[in-house]
Amino acid sequence: MYQIISKKALAPAIYEYEILAPKVAKKAKAGQFIIVKVDEQGERIPLTIADFNRETGTVTIVFAEAGYSTKKLGQLNAGDAVQDFVGPLGVPSHVDKLGTVIMVAGGVGVAPVYPIAREMKIAGSHVVGIMGARNKDLIFWEDRMKEACDELFVTTDDGSYVRQGFVTDVLREYIEKEGNPAMVMAIGPLPMMRAVANMTKEYGIKTMVSLNSIMVDGTGMCGACRVTIGGETKFVCVDGPEFDGHLVDFEEQLMRSRQYKSEEQQAMQQSSCGCGGGGKCHG
Amino acid sequence: MAKQIIPKKHPMPHQDPKVRAKNFDEVALGYTEELALAEAERCLKCKNPMCMKGCPVSVDIPEFIAHVKERKYEEAAKVIKRTNALPAVCGRVCPQENQCEKFCIVGKKNEPVAIGRLERFVGDYMVNKEAEIEKAEATGYKVAIVGSGPAGLACAADLARLGHSVTMFEALHTPGGVLMYGIPEFRLPKAIVQKEIQNLKKMGVEIETNAIVGQIASLDELLQEEGFDAVFLGTGAGTPYFMNLPGENYNGVYSANEFLTRSNLMKAYCFPQCDTPIKVGKKVAVLGGGNVAMDAARTALRLGAEDVYIVYRRSRAELPARLEEVEHAEEEGVQFLFLTNPTKYVGSEEGWLTGLQCIKMELGEPDASGRRKPVPIDGSEFVLPVDVAIVAIGQGPNPLLTKTTPDLETNKRGNITADETGKTSKEGVYAGGDVVTGAATVIKAMGAGRVAATSIHEYLMGKGPKKN
Repeated sequence: MYQIISKKALAPAIYEYEILAPKVAKKAKAGQFIIVKVDEQGERIPLTIADFNRETGTVTIVFAEAGYSTKKLGQLNAGDAVQDFVGPLGVPSHVDKLGTVIMVAGGVGVAPVYPIAREMKIAGSHVVGIMGARNKDLIFWEDRMKEACDELFVTTDDGSYVRQGFVTDVLREYIEKEGNPAMVMAIGPLPMMRAVANMTKEYGIKTMVSLNSIMVDGTGMCGACRVTIGGETKFVCVDGPEFDGHLVDFEEQLMRSRQYKSEEQQAMQQSSCGCGGGGKCHG
Repeated sequence: MAKQIIPKKHPMPHQDPKVRAKNFDEVALGYTEELALAEAERCLKCKNPMCMKGCPVSVDIPEFIAHVKERKYEEAAKVIKRTNALPAVCGRVCPQENQCEKFCIVGKKNEPVAIGRLERFVGDYMVNKEAEIEKAEATGYKVAIVGSGPAGLACAADLARLGHSVTMFEALHTPGGVLMYGIPEFRLPKAIVQKEIQNLKKMGVEIETNAIVGQIASLDELLQEEGFDAVFLGTGAGTPYFMNLPGENYNGVYSANEFLTRSNLMKAYCFPQCDTPIKVGKKVAVLGGGNVAMDAARTALRLGAEDVYIVYRRSRAELPARLEEVEHAEEEGVQFLFLTNPTKYVGSEEGWLTGLQCIKMELGEPDASGRRKPVPIDGSEFVLPVDVAIVAIGQGPNPLLTKTTPDLETNKRGNITADETGKTSKEGVYAGGDVVTGAATVIKAMGAGRVAATSIHEYLMGKGPKKN
């Protein structure tokens, strides 16, 4: 069992958990992910690592309650434990002194962006952060991002905080004013990452995105996380989660991300396991 | 006077096909004591037992059957356990018709002795008994086993028995490897696998789940920092192959690994009581003809599919699956499309699979594998309307560990290079099972695990007494 050391509500239905997992914390690197399974009946949920502390042996995850399983995860409290917590998984971000790098975070994407931005700055890059959300309530970790970035811009879709606009608007303005950066990294919802990649393509700027696809084992075993990169099938779990945004087939990813929509609905109407072992849940 | 031999095996009691096609309970119910005794009588106790030569772990078959005849089942189990840690598993999933039973003398004129069924009988008898553990004195040496599937389990059992301290690392949340995520409940009840694993724990084997060696610690770290004196790699064939056909990423196209893992390990058949969903579809095509294909097809039926097709490019005679599984699948209503090769997936605008385009084949000359090579018949394309397709054409080695261990030699396919004793290019590191040979059978992996255990033991003993 892996204990939840602390729980914070960052925004409506967005939580930050610090989980005690010393072995994962010891090895975790920015850009990697973990898989969490709440209990015996739980799904294996992949979540990008938002932070880690090797001294306290904790790993921080941030998630939005989206479907049944993340709702179930969100019902836990500090002191509770999750049954399984495995990682670190995936290839770490390539962190280096690269000149100017622009880190674009959409919504909950700010959590995985943060450790990469921090590492980039430590490595000596000039880090520009752009974070955006639908509205003011959904903005979090602005303070952390301020620390991790040399420059930080915040935007809201509805203008309820700082300025009105999309992250792509801010990104374009910055590029127009300052010229092409060495690299853009975008993490957030698929349509946002697609929009960033489409835009930077015009300028010929190398752009990395981090995909959070449907997964089961996270070790390259099931192939659920298939993604087409430049016409070739790759597995997000072992080949990613970061890929060249200009090569990702976003349409396919969008379509694949909807695979279990109807099952999600069905699960939402159910509560805990009612099979009493007759369905061999516990077999 | 020569004994009169009953020409046929005593039939295995089975769940009725119509009933079982709707449940996940075990299909083959196992011999009763009466049937086991009657079947044991068919064994000739040959002086030169050919059956043993067909067994990858050389179970002393005549001796264990002799104990069954005397109703000394615990003695029988002891004999099997000398060389096979998992009789209840092997009695169920070994392809006996190609191994022990193929060489049985009785089988020359009649049906061979049902060795597999007898092994299962003994294994099941022992599953609920306290196993007597014979262990050598502790050597002080520590061995890490990476992967808790058949190869790792067999290796761990032997090493623990020899007095070494053994820790197994399992990437998933449940130990057992393919026995848990791959082989369905109706063919291998998970409780039996866990019981066998419990027996290993009783022998002192430690199991760390959620631990991916390569990610959580490299091989060098295990050997240099974590105090392991040797490592066995039994990481299996855990990467699914796809056919690289157009449309392969449509929603509804699964690898067999994913489909079976969702159903077996994650209990998707119990969704929504269990949280992991699975798409079953009304019409399901399974691509391939091995045991995994049969498992996927029969699972799809049980999950409620109306029509399930096995699409196989050769004929029935070439099917690589165990005969029993093919027969069971047929009885349950799985439809076989032989000499049929998929060429393309057809999908809707929204990205959902709607059909599988196939071409009819005919058999030509034998190819490298000795099987007649299927050749497409021009103009015979047709579209099989299906909403789920399951690709079961094989698996390759998982790259996670080898990627982080550059000095571990692998071949072109990514399989770890190991000699016949399991020794790899790296000192103190041994490997065996599917990660070395490519996807094979449970018993072959167990055989490789045992061979490696012997080499590891020799290697450690060669170092003299453990110095601290």
